[in-house]
Amino acid sequence: MAVDETVVKPAPSPGGPAPDIGTVGMLRWAWRQLTSMKTALVLLFLLALGAVPGSLIPQTPVDPIRVADFTEANPVLSRWYDRLGLFDVYKSPWFSAIYLLLFVSLVGCVVPRLATYLRAVRARPPKPPRNLSRLPGYARFETDADGNEVLASARTALRDKRYRIEAYDGALSGERGYLREAGNLVFHFALLVVLVGVAWGSLFGYRGTVLVVVGNGFSNSIAQYDDFTPGRVFSPDELPPFSLTVRDFTVRFETTGPQRGAAREFEAPITYQVTPEAPERSYDLRVNHPLEVDGTKVHLLGHGYAPRVTVRDRNGDIAFQGPAPFLPQDGNFSSFGVVKAPDARPETLGLEGFFLPTAVIDERGPLSAFPDDLNPALVLTAWHGRPAAETGRPQSVYQLDKSVLTQFGDGKGDKLRFTLTPGESFTLPDQAGTVTFDSYDRWVKLQISHTPGLNLALGGILLAIAGLMASLFIRPRRTWVRVATTDGRTVVEVAGLDRSADTGAGHGLGDEVKSIAQSLQPPARRPQEEQE
Amino acid sequence: MSSESFASISNLTIPTATVVYALALVAHAVEWAGSRTVSAGASEKKALVGAGGPDLSSETPGVVSAPPSRAEAASRIGLMLTGLAFLLHAVGVVTRGLAAGRAPWGNMYEFSITATLAVAVVYLALVRRYRLQWLGLGVTLVIGSVLGLAVLALYVPAGPLVPALHSYWLVIHVSAAAVAGGAFTVGALASVLYLVKARAERRVLAGGTMPGQLGRVPSSDAIDALAYKVHAFAFPLWTFGVLVAGPIWAEYAWGRYWGWDPKEVWSLVTWVIYAAYLHARATAGWRGRRAAIVAIVGWVAFIFNFVGVNLLVSGLHSYAGV
Repeated sequence: MAVDETVVKPAPSPGGPAPDIGTVGMLRWAWRQLTSMKTALVLLFLLALGAVPGSLIPQTPVDPIRVADFTEANPVLSRWYDRLGLFDVYKSPWFSAIYLLLFVSLVGCVVPRLATYLRAVRARPPKPPRNLSRLPGYARFETDADGNEVLASARTALRDKRYRIEAYDGALSGERGYLREAGNLVFHFALLVVLVGVAWGSLFGYRGTVLVVVGNGFSNSIAQYDDFTPGRVFSPDELPPFSLTVRDFTVRFETTGPQRGAAREFEAPITYQVTPEAPERSYDLRVNHPLEVDGTKVHLLGHGYAPRVTVRDRNGDIAFQGPAPFLPQDGNFSSFGVVKAPDARPETLGLEGFFLPTAVIDERGPLSAFPDDLNPALVLTAWHGRPAAETGRPQSVYQLDKSVLTQFGDGKGDKLRFTLTPGESFTLPDQAGTVTFDSYDRWVKLQISHTPGLNLALGGILLAIAGLMASLFIRPRRTWVRVATTDGRTVVEVAGLDRSADTGAGHGLGDEVKSIAQSLQPPARRPQEEQE
Repeated sequence: MSSESFASISNLTIPTATVVYALALVAHAVEWAGSRTVSAGASEKKALVGAGGPDLSSETPGVVSAPPSRAEAASRIGLMLTGLAFLLHAVGVVTRGLAAGRAPWGNMYEFSITATLAVAVVYLALVRRYRLQWLGLGVTLVIGSVLGLAVLALYVPAGPLVPALHSYWLVIHVSAAAVAGGAFTVGALASVLYLVKARAERRVLAGGTMPGQLGRVPSSDAIDALAYKVHAFAFPLWTFGVLVAGPIWAEYAWGRYWGWDPKEVWSLVTWVIYAAYLHARATAGWRGRRAAIVAIVGWVAFIFNFVGVNLLVSGLHSYAGV
């Protein structure tokens, strides 16, 4: 895309003010516009500008909960945001249009330049200009040596400086720095490679998360995921059939100082099997230390608490027993969650409330003062309702359907609220049932992801950097040496020209011309070149 | 030495360095003011023309007219103070790292002191070779104010990091970004000065006079060449830091190499703007003034990424916090 504007500028149309250039002409005109440097610049600015809203407006793929909160708070604005794709900027049609146009423009610009470059690489260094002294780098001296000898040593000097050399009558032409344009082309093509790598990953890859209570397992099938984002052409059969069991989870928190409560280390020892028949292996899952199975990566993303609760109904039958994962709401792991007992009879029961790992109950209400389990407590409210027919509608495990439930009162006109420590039980009003806080487990949030094309994208970007550095740091330069005989003495002229004047080059050109001139003079004599 | 004593050395040297940078700033301000008083005198008319005239055609970044000696002395003092402040600053950053037992760029305070150190390194490395004293005012202003802000508003005691930051990619990713940021800062200062100088040169061509302060500054072409060099150094490094090292680490930590996190978005925005800068320099009608403006916009995006995203937007990088 770094082609000079004059090359790609559309030719002025001949004829009147509105010439009929036909469809082909229109297309050609549009193509020239698209591949012009100014268009590329405008598209780059649009890309930068278009990326910004995604960093300021909550994005569905990044944080759907914040999007939901935002929509609730700003219903009218949200409708417009949604229409404009502002909740998913980077997959929106307009954002895709910008970068696809940019890449089309890139191809349209780079392909013709590749042809030009291939011709230039094969071309011989051009004849010296008539008047060398006009060039930016110039040196001249007289000597008694034979002109041909001078040219022979000039050839050596230029070759040492890695010039490509062409001999002309009484002169040598040298050119070097061909790799600058090669680097530029490599950079732009490598960006295409990156695009292909990224597209491959997003089409064929997948990512999902699952919350696993310590002691439980996970096997890699779609039904087991809490959420799952497949690529557009991903097929569920491609999920590798591995399974894993979370054996334990340990976490260490800072207990003193200003960063009190910050997690220092967490670790989840797991066992896994690559296939159901494969032998069991163990692995320590840590942050920055994912497990890789068959190109699929398992990351430890987060952790929390799952209180174990037993709910008995009015008949004394167990309506629910087991761990219920609660979701952390703050840095001290005040965790919100629900316990559903739809099988309780005669009425179904539901519990909602907070698990507090280090419970402090003051006038602000119950809260946790530290993320570790120093003083665990469960603060709950309870609901009851008529047993409903199984609807088959999917329900969140983190929410009660309160439309069909009634909250228990405390008999004094307030809502019922009770606090349990591990081992304690509470009897619901009117002997409606009992709730026992048996103990608690920890859970870990795992992310399972597969991103093909990763190495292609990485190779592409590394290649792009190599090309970029060549295009920025290599200086294409032409140097000429000419000899002529005047009054029995040999006049030697050395001249140089940098071919990347727009990039502030020119530094070192004078020095190089001077050093070549000096190397051509007999060592016994002091240089007397005339430097311009 | 214990980590406490390292921490106290750091807590002593960083504020001291800030004060010394501020003194260097004063010296450079005197330098610029000194140039102005000279140009105001009627007897200096000739020197004034000399400052403006040949400068336009001069190829080297040198200054043709003999600068007033008071300004020259102030400039030297400013440079020496900057060097002294840099030494204190470097000690402060190193001891901070020793106190925390890791690379000293795990939070915003640490990134501030490290990134400004990178600015100082880039400036001091180039100052002799390209005679950059004329950038001293801007450089000390930026370093002094960012360091001052860090000391007064961002300071947190040295401590270990959250688990996601336990990676040697932290060192690679952040140091590449910090050094590139230091160079972007020097490049942006040069671009600002380029705009000022180029405007003054156009006025001289239109028959006006060159203000005395700008007589000490090289020709706009020389400034432009320097700005390009600095940006050409910074851009590949930035590419590596945010588009290679960052994604590799993100893949390790979060299982996705690119997730459109606000910090990532703004790194990309910064990258695209600097890519546009390089293209602008090769486009007719964009060379010079417009390209310089693009470079300055790129720097604003870089600074917003560093300050604004940490303070205003929440994301995965927000553990870097304040």
